[in-house]
Amino acid sequence: MFADFAAYLADGANWVGPNGITTRVLQHLYYTVLALGIGALIAVPAGMVIGHTGRGEGLVVGLANTMRALPSLGLMTLLVLLIPSTLIPPITALVALAVPPLLAGVYAGIANVDRTVVDAARAMGMSPWQVLWRVEVPNAMPLIIGGLRGATLQVVATATIAAFVNLGGLGRYIFDGLALYDYTRVLVGAVLVTALALVLDGLLALLVRLVQPGTGRLALRDPALQEAIDERAAVAR
Amino acid sequence: MDLWGIRNWSTAVQPYLVEHIYLAVIPTVVGVILAVPIGLALHGRPAARSVAVVVSSAIFTIPSLALFVVLPGLIGTQVLDPLNVIIALSLYTLALSVRNTFEALDAVPQVTREAAEAIGYSRLGRTAAVDLPLAVPVLTAGTRVVAVTNVSMVSVGAVIGIGGLGQLFTSGYQRNFPEQILTGMVLILILAIIFDRLIALLGRALTPWIRGSSMASSQRRLRRLAREIPGSASLREAADAPGGR
Repeated sequence: MFADFAAYLADGANWVGPNGITTRVLQHLYYTVLALGIGALIAVPAGMVIGHTGRGEGLVVGLANTMRALPSLGLMTLLVLLIPSTLIPPITALVALAVPPLLAGVYAGIANVDRTVVDAARAMGMSPWQVLWRVEVPNAMPLIIGGLRGATLQVVATATIAAFVNLGGLGRYIFDGLALYDYTRVLVGAVLVTALALVLDGLLALLVRLVQPGTGRLALRDPALQEAIDERAAVAR
Repeated sequence: MDLWGIRNWSTAVQPYLVEHIYLAVIPTVVGVILAVPIGLALHGRPAARSVAVVVSSAIFTIPSLALFVVLPGLIGTQVLDPLNVIIALSLYTLALSVRNTFEALDAVPQVTREAAEAIGYSRLGRTAAVDLPLAVPVLTAGTRVVAVTNVSMVSVGAVIGIGGLGQLFTSGYQRNFPEQILTGMVLILILAIIFDRLIALLGRALTPWIRGSSMASSQRRLRRLAREIPGSASLREAADAPGGR
């Protein structure tokens, strides 16, 4: 079984063309990025408002829980029957999957920024807008990216079922393989989608480390400000 | 009332509902029962703990459909064997619950632990009589999330011919019949709510000392803990877990 699998991957002909592995991976990535992008357009502003104002907390919790129980396969097949489009139903189902973790990440990240830090920023005369962008968002970054990580994992995994309603992506191998009793092909799809999930998850895990506030790993320093600080430090010494 | 689901209840709905319930319940129970002792054993051993966290993240990265279709090849079951779904979901539950157990134990105040040792508890006795009961609220919150996710994930198995109410999706899609799909979705949502409430009630029954016993006050405490323990993202998630009103 695994020998056939290795042979399939080793054959360069299986990587090219409209049904090749390269195309399938790109299609899979396209659905994933599209769903995450639309999800972020909804979840990020909403999460910022809720986290910043502290209003609508119950709404987030309730929404996140209900949507966790919503079966993507059911939503997708239902929409296919109601909306005459190949792309909209699967993408909508994936967006519904992506929104709760994204929203929870943004909201929890911003709501959990240390209150004394926020108070200090306001005492320094920052406007609410400045507090949000210069204090709350940077400090919330690890949780926001953490939410994106959870959403990405779920969307990559679930994008396989898009092939059930005749779309492309890596799920194609699984469904075609099942229909043809071609277990090698099923295995190719399963392994490739797992590998893709692992790679994306690894990249985002790295990003979470990079955006950890106060570590300076991704800090955009103002050179003039840094110079002034160093000067003061030298005088004090 | 002439709903499809009611008209065809005993022939086309009830069997799938029963299958769905056991496909969701068995993995949740098996996963949690295996995870708690593992979590207890590895908590306090930083090296083993980080290995467990890495392994469980890796398990959770495997997409469910991929696991459903590969398991027969790995363990020699039939492709249509419900055991594939049960084993796959048990693995996910185990992976998530081990980490949840770590966080639940992290939430036990260190002073309490030291006080228990000071009055003469052995390590094992303290774990059983002090750590575990105090970890119940976070354990329950995490288990509710896992249970609800399992109820929803079972339905993916329908694309390979197992999967309880999910079969109403595949069959409704093939027959071009939205009402059948809706019936499946509504029943899955109801099942998820029932499981969530049952586990919440169980958790409350196991922690009679939590006075006022309102979920809101326990969630407030969890949130405060989440703020105090750095890097406890999933504790925060637990604090925001189902059922909070």
